[in-house]
Amino acid sequence: MRLEYFQLVDGIETMDAEKGTIVCRATVPTESTIFEGHFPGHPLMPGVLLLECMAQTGGHMILARNGYEKMAFLAQADRAKFRGFVVPGDSLEVHSELTHEGSGYAVCKARILKDGKAVADAEIRYRVVPFPSPELRDKMLAFVRTMGHPQA
Amino acid sequence: MSDTFDAIADIIAETCNIERETITPESHAIDDLGIDSLDFLDVTFAIDKKFGIKMPVEAWMKEVNEGRAATEDYFVMGNLAAKIDELRAAKG
Repeated sequence: MRLEYFQLVDGIETMDAEKGTIVCRATVPTESTIFEGHFPGHPLMPGVLLLECMAQTGGHMILARNGYEKMAFLAQADRAKFRGFVVPGDSLEVHSELTHEGSGYAVCKARILKDGKAVADAEIRYRVVPFPSPELRDKMLAFVRTMGHPQA
Repeated sequence: MSDTFDAIADIIAETCNIERETITPESHAIDDLGIDSLDFLDVTFAIDKKFGIKMPVEAWMKEVNEGRAATEDYFVMGNLAAKIDELRAAKG
C-alpha cells in the first residue's frame, strides 16, 4: 500500500475478468502519519481504508472486464463489516467477485483475509462509465500495467 | 395498472423512501418523484434482480442525449413499466 497516493493494493495475484473474480495482495505499511491519530499508542488500519482497499480490488477487475474503455467509480457500499484489527505490517489478501453486471453499473462482493481469516467484507456497487478524460485513461493504463494487469 | 407497474412502484417507494400512493403511471421518475442518479442506480439494480433482466439504461440515456427520445419515453412510470415488459418478453 502507498497510503499517501491512496493506492490501497500492491498488485494482482490472480484475475479472471471474464469470470469476474480477482485476488489482490496488500501490505499495510509499518509507518504512516495516519497511525499517529488512528490511534495514539494503538495503531490500526482505518475501516474506511479497508473498504477502499476492497473497492479498488473490484475496480481493477471491472476495468479489465470492460477492455480498459470504462472506469469504475465507487457508488455505494452495503453491509460493510470490519471483523478484526488490521495493524501496521499486516499482509492482506483481498478478494472480489462480480455478483451482478447492469447497464452502467456493477456489483461485487469483496472480502479481506489476514492469515486466511476474514477481517472485512462488503458488497460494493460501482458506476461503470466511459473514461471522463483521455488523460485519466492514459494514466490508469500506465498504472495498472505496474499492478500486473495481463491485458492492459 | 399492470403487475409490472405495481412491482416497480413498490421498489421505488421502498428504495427511495417515497410514499407509495404518490407514485402513479403518469409520474415522471426524475421530475415528479425526484429520484436522483444514485437512487436510480439502486432502483435499476432491484428491477434487474426482480425480473432477471438488464435494463439498458445507458442506451436509453444515449437516445435521450442524442435527441432521438424524450426522457418521458423511459422515465414516466407507465412507459417504464411497458419497456420492462418488452424486456421480459424478449427474454422469453
